[in-house]
Amino acid sequence: MTTDSHALTTADQHAPAAAHGTGGGISNVILGMLLFITSEVMFFAGLFAAYFNVRANAAQWPPINPETSEAFHVAILPLVGPATVLLILSSFTCQFAVWGIRRGDRTAFLRNIAVTFSIGVVFLIMQAIDYAVLGGEGISLSAGTFGTTYFTLTGFHGAHVFGGVIMLGVVLYRGMAGQFSARHHDAVEAVSLYWHFVDVVWILLFSLLYLLPGTGPAA
Amino acid sequence: MATTALHPAAPTYRSTLYDWVTTTDHKKIGIMYVINSFLFFFIGGVLALGVRVELAQPGLQFVTDQTYNELFTMHATFMIFLFVIPMLAGFGNYIVPLQIGAPDMAFPRINALSFWMLPLAGILLLLSFVTGGSAAAGWTSYSPLAQDRPLAAVGTGQDLWIVALVLIGTSSILGAVNFLVTMFKMRAPGMTLFRMPIMTWTVLVTSVLVLMATPVITSALIMLFIDRNYGGSFFDPANGGDAILYQNIFWFYSHPAVYVMILPAMGMISEILPVFSRKPLFGYKAFVFATAGIGALGFSVWAHHMFTTGAVYLPFFSLMTFLIAVPTGVKMFNWIFTLWRGQLMLKTPLLFALGFLSMFLIGGINGAFSASVPVDFAIHDTYWVVAHIHYVLFGGSVFGIMGGLYYWFPKMTGRLLDEGLGKVQFVLMFIGFNLTFFPMHELGLAGMPRRIADYSSTAGWNDLNLAATVGGFTIAASMLPLLWNIFVSLRSGKPAGDDPWEGNTLEWATSSPPPPYNFDRLPEIRSERPVFDQRHRGDAALGGH
Repeated sequence: MTTDSHALTTADQHAPAAAHGTGGGISNVILGMLLFITSEVMFFAGLFAAYFNVRANAAQWPPINPETSEAFHVAILPLVGPATVLLILSSFTCQFAVWGIRRGDRTAFLRNIAVTFSIGVVFLIMQAIDYAVLGGEGISLSAGTFGTTYFTLTGFHGAHVFGGVIMLGVVLYRGMAGQFSARHHDAVEAVSLYWHFVDVVWILLFSLLYLLPGTGPAA
Repeated sequence: MATTALHPAAPTYRSTLYDWVTTTDHKKIGIMYVINSFLFFFIGGVLALGVRVELAQPGLQFVTDQTYNELFTMHATFMIFLFVIPMLAGFGNYIVPLQIGAPDMAFPRINALSFWMLPLAGILLLLSFVTGGSAAAGWTSYSPLAQDRPLAAVGTGQDLWIVALVLIGTSSILGAVNFLVTMFKMRAPGMTLFRMPIMTWTVLVTSVLVLMATPVITSALIMLFIDRNYGGSFFDPANGGDAILYQNIFWFYSHPAVYVMILPAMGMISEILPVFSRKPLFGYKAFVFATAGIGALGFSVWAHHMFTTGAVYLPFFSLMTFLIAVPTGVKMFNWIFTLWRGQLMLKTPLLFALGFLSMFLIGGINGAFSASVPVDFAIHDTYWVVAHIHYVLFGGSVFGIMGGLYYWFPKMTGRLLDEGLGKVQFVLMFIGFNLTFFPMHELGLAGMPRRIADYSSTAGWNDLNLAATVGGFTIAASMLPLLWNIFVSLRSGKPAGDDPWEGNTLEWATSSPPPPYNFDRLPEIRSERPVFDQRHRGDAALGGH
């Protein structure tokens, strides 16, 4: 390019640089995150489909654990119930953080992100303990379709919580460095969308794995 | 546009390499996609020749059954996942931002990440050959064939295959997000959705398919991985699992995937046909809606791959499959009436586009037979199906890709490819292709099953198999003029200029190759052919005012 070619030579030729990325509406980052979440929904749809498929094919659900001769059972208390409540709460704190940064209140923003981040970490610890407890009861990934679906579904949800915790950590770090303001906080909005998505998946999973009544003779 | 303002120090090899490895420029990334895809095209082609050599005569002459299984499995894997899909994504990467007047993709660094996952996945797949044998359960990797159990002689290679495919899928998903945000948010002023070039539209629909379908195969692959390595029982009937479940989830992705592999190629020829007919595309909006219709219907036909399992509702999936012929037929009319009474310039890109039209038509017709349930029961898993898939994927996608290469090579490099060599390549490829795959219809009807290394010498399949093998080598030979053409053109090809074909779309409004960030000015955009409008604005002014 010659330098003079930057000049606008005729009235109907406009400089493109000013026109890009400044269009109204949703920001690139948030749209990108929404699309990514769409793909995540489809990923979980595949796993859920598998769950419903093996469940529908089973003579009874939950099936009999060959080691104990009783139907498989996973307990809500003492760990999973409180973990669920905590994760739902964290969606609220996450949203408080978003509202905080939208009005420029960095203190409220940082405080709520820190709480959300901590709850995420606690959730993962509780899940790890729960896995250890279940392992002690002979429920594992290789324990028939029940164990396979249970650990695959909750395990991949846990992996997504882990991803969310990392994102929250980055947002927290950047927030403490003062990188977000009422005008510039797309990353915060995007991460909060992801966190809400992770929360919704857990609510669905919890309902399926813990609340939905069993079928067949043992139910 | 001449570059005269700055003369930076001559780049060393090292700095050039560093520049390419770390680049976030969509054009360089697009070119790397294309080169990487060609590399795996040649690897996949060599594997296909292995298949053809073994099948040239009855008896096992060159390979064992196990090696043969590896050959056809890895041939399809390389061709589908590391050639056709990334090749089209690569052209999309290069062309889409240019066509919508954008300076780059929306997320340039994620774009680089998407690309670099591909060579990594390719290396994993290649490694499987030296770690005890590659995947050998077919590219579909059905359970229980792909399970780590008796009857399934597959080892680490199958796990490497799964990991590589998850990587490629992730690359595709990130690419799809990137394309969609780019198209929704980065269009130049005046570039409304219904002024977007067709190539861009097809990439848009393809991206939606990738976004919705690819994560589903990721879930299937992960379940297969868990079954194989952690004692899972998703697909193990002995433990309460369901082998058909894998097929359902696999094809929920893999049918839309065939549209991922053909739609952008349709987009390419829809750019080529108008330019070389000197006419606008006939029925632009109908084409856009037909593309969206194929995409939407594509999600409701997956079980036509599973008619013979007895586990799917046949009338529904048969009907939906036939329905796909409607939007596809609309496109045929678009293309034919674009050519109708056009001033055809029979250059190489147009030849390949015409090759696409005729071969894809055969692929559509022989596919319709398989959509009919009773016929499918007879031809399922025979060479008829092999003929069908190659008429759409090679006759369609690969001819489209070659046309696109000849069409956009001047834009990418600033040099024209040689027309004579291009025509030699086209003729060789066209003859070789039909010699290879047309006899497979007859073989299929005669009952020859696919995925076998040996066949009876008295089955009457000898001559047709030999013909197919000769055809396979003719296709291979047709790559030599292409490689020579690229080599010679890069060294001393005719300079292309900004707009060698008198194109319609915005990539022809900038230099060849375009500068970083693509444009320093844009023509006014009032239609889907802004460069045509700009070229002929003077004519209209003379005539009208």
